[in-house]
Amino acid sequence: MLIFSHWIIVFLLAPLFVGVIAKVKAFFAGKKGPSLFQPFFDLQRLFQKDSVYSRTTTWVFRAVPIICLAAVLLLALLVPLGPFKAPLQFTGDIFLAASILGLARFFMIIAALDTGYSFEGMGASREAFFSCLCEMILFMNFITLSLAQHSISLSSMIGGNLPLSWKLWGTVLILVVGSFFILILAENARIPIDDPDTHLELTMIHEVKILDHSGVDLGFLLYASAIKLFVFAGILIPIILPIEPVNKVMDMLIFLGGMLAVSIAVGIVESTTARLRLNRVNHLLLIAFALGFFGFVVKMWKG
Amino acid sequence: MALFNGGKISLSNIPVLVVEKFRAQIIESCGESSRLVNLFGILETNGYLRLLAVLGVDEEARLDILSTFISLESPQYESLTKDLTQAHLFEREIAEQWAVKPVGHPWLKPLRYHSNYRQAEDIWQGINDKIIPGGYPFYAVEGEEVHEIGVGPVHAGIIEPGHFRFQCHGEEILHLEIQLGYQHRGIEPMMQGQDLRRSMLLSESIVGDTSIGHSTAFSEVVESLTGCSITPRAQAIRAIALELERLANHVGDLGALGMDAGFLPTSAYFGRMRGDYLNLLLILTGNRFGKGLCRPGGVLFDIDNKMANDFCLKLKKYRDEFKDVSDLLFTRPSVLARFEGVGIVSPKDAKEIGLVGPAGRASQMECDVRINYASGMWQFQHVPISLGATGDVYARALVRSQEVLRSLEFLLRVLPSLPAGDIFVAPGPMKPDTVAVSMVEGWRGEIMHVGISDNQGGFGRYKIKDPSFHNWFGLAYAMRGQEISDFPLCNKSFNLSYCGHDL
Repeated sequence: MLIFSHWIIVFLLAPLFVGVIAKVKAFFAGKKGPSLFQPFFDLQRLFQKDSVYSRTTTWVFRAVPIICLAAVLLLALLVPLGPFKAPLQFTGDIFLAASILGLARFFMIIAALDTGYSFEGMGASREAFFSCLCEMILFMNFITLSLAQHSISLSSMIGGNLPLSWKLWGTVLILVVGSFFILILAENARIPIDDPDTHLELTMIHEVKILDHSGVDLGFLLYASAIKLFVFAGILIPIILPIEPVNKVMDMLIFLGGMLAVSIAVGIVESTTARLRLNRVNHLLLIAFALGFFGFVVKMWKG
Repeated sequence: MALFNGGKISLSNIPVLVVEKFRAQIIESCGESSRLVNLFGILETNGYLRLLAVLGVDEEARLDILSTFISLESPQYESLTKDLTQAHLFEREIAEQWAVKPVGHPWLKPLRYHSNYRQAEDIWQGINDKIIPGGYPFYAVEGEEVHEIGVGPVHAGIIEPGHFRFQCHGEEILHLEIQLGYQHRGIEPMMQGQDLRRSMLLSESIVGDTSIGHSTAFSEVVESLTGCSITPRAQAIRAIALELERLANHVGDLGALGMDAGFLPTSAYFGRMRGDYLNLLLILTGNRFGKGLCRPGGVLFDIDNKMANDFCLKLKKYRDEFKDVSDLLFTRPSVLARFEGVGIVSPKDAKEIGLVGPAGRASQMECDVRINYASGMWQFQHVPISLGATGDVYARALVRSQEVLRSLEFLLRVLPSLPAGDIFVAPGPMKPDTVAVSMVEGWRGEIMHVGISDNQGGFGRYKIKDPSFHNWFGLAYAMRGQEISDFPLCNKSFNLSYCGHDL
């Protein structure tokens, strides 16, 4: 039951979250922008279409959209969403979370190579490189949080009384939040790391790998990336905002407000900065790592 | 023999040199103050191909014209390219159009993949049979870690077809070869013949976004050959339309640069502002791209006082808007980080390649037809040249934004004080067997049309040169040692025409 309520939330809210980002970007460009529900319409359109497959591809290519969607749905179960506790939690589940991300990425990369297309190979190689750095950042922050909360289960590391310890651990948490926000941008192919709207194959990182997917497959991949963004924001919010399982309505409102704030923040970053030059992306990721590392150092120093 | 922009010369008065002398003189002049503006062949009736070279002496506003004969019994001559890089595409064009081989050309490949014009055997077997690029290899870099990326001719965006072949080491580009020709329509032969009204309409379609530039050049060629001098008012209206075309395209380009750098606000604002300028052309000519305005003898649409006032008011508003948005673009550190130091063409290389237009000016080349070869309105109203210092994407963007401001200034100066008079004078018949040249500074740079009249009142040969013809190689060169992910940005900073190259 808990599992299904979790999935219903991500299915319903994740595309909306993408819609909010698009709306913020449109606002900054002086446009009216598409409806908040446009991502749903796009998905509906894609689900009505057939997929086209290149003759050089094998079953790997066809399996990947399902694997990716399944992976993020599994990931979603590890994360508390507002008043709904994570249905799946056990000691050490952070390793499962990281492995699920790695699994999805691995299949994305080999599917890209499966097409035998030079762009996709290029995108795959970029993804492989940047995701190495992303995993470092993820674990750095997990280490700090687990030290703060004395737990290596995602649900107890975030949320609980963590937001209340901002007075105590303000420095640490602000470093973690900064680091994690950059990670969200990087993991989800947003500006300044990647440009989700570009049509230019040579500059793409994430988009290039889904170039050859179409129809339902593409719909699955887009749904998966929307859910991934949602889940990442879902990890960030309980670090900042107190969500106590007392008043369910209040918690839901706080959670939704937090989500809205994160999506607006992502939209503002996308609207006010240009994309980084590709050979500078690793610098930004290393900055995020350094922030996380300093968070860890401060935590160790202060005990 | 010296000519001025818009001048004409009888075919028999053009000096003829022997091939060796012809070659030596071009190379010598280009080593000094000249540059190769045009080089093309004319088929003679006596079994010879006449090569005609036009050299531009920018500082003296002079065009030197010289020629040589090549016997078609042994259709070859010693290539100029070995000693003069800027001749390389011209020689490939001659080899393709006339099946005359420049011996020793370092990279003799077809340009547009069509059979030659004199129904002889082509230099390349079966050039017209296979799809582009046919059986001709691309320049390849070998090595275990080197990989090749081919982009196009079908692109993910809505742009013209062209094939780009990158030789890369990781993310670094070692070499880029650009293969065009997909847009070849054979427009040069179509321009020839007796029906000038048809040629006029064709000239507006040579490059869709430079309709005014090319139709002005065509009109000037016909006016030169008929000895028709158009009224100052017509000259002013042509200049106004040319600047509006420049404004629309430069503003659009700046927006596109913003988009490729991933900077949304300016791309949206500039995209809208481009429409404002196109709408002014719509008010003036009834067509957003200014088709139907220029005709030999003048222009077809007048600007009355009310329209001039209206334009001035609007342009002042557009100028303020432009300043705001370009400040936003050029002061944003994350944008500058993308623009600066990317795709550098040094002044020395720019001169060697023979860059023209904003791309040349961004590399400190003082090339602007409006200044160096002033004709028409530009003789009376000057526009300062806009130069960039660094030759990178930033410089090319900056030159565009400077030119936008200077064009606006020019329009605001000219519009309130338009010369009085008619806008059209009917031209007479064309002088036979005469060569007329016309240069126009289109928004991409130097457009040159050369018309050679026959003795039946039409064109025996018509040669078109779009600035893109000079600049495509500049783009390929600028990419060396750059990151492959910077290619789209760099490409947009040149924004060259595919159909202008392919004709």
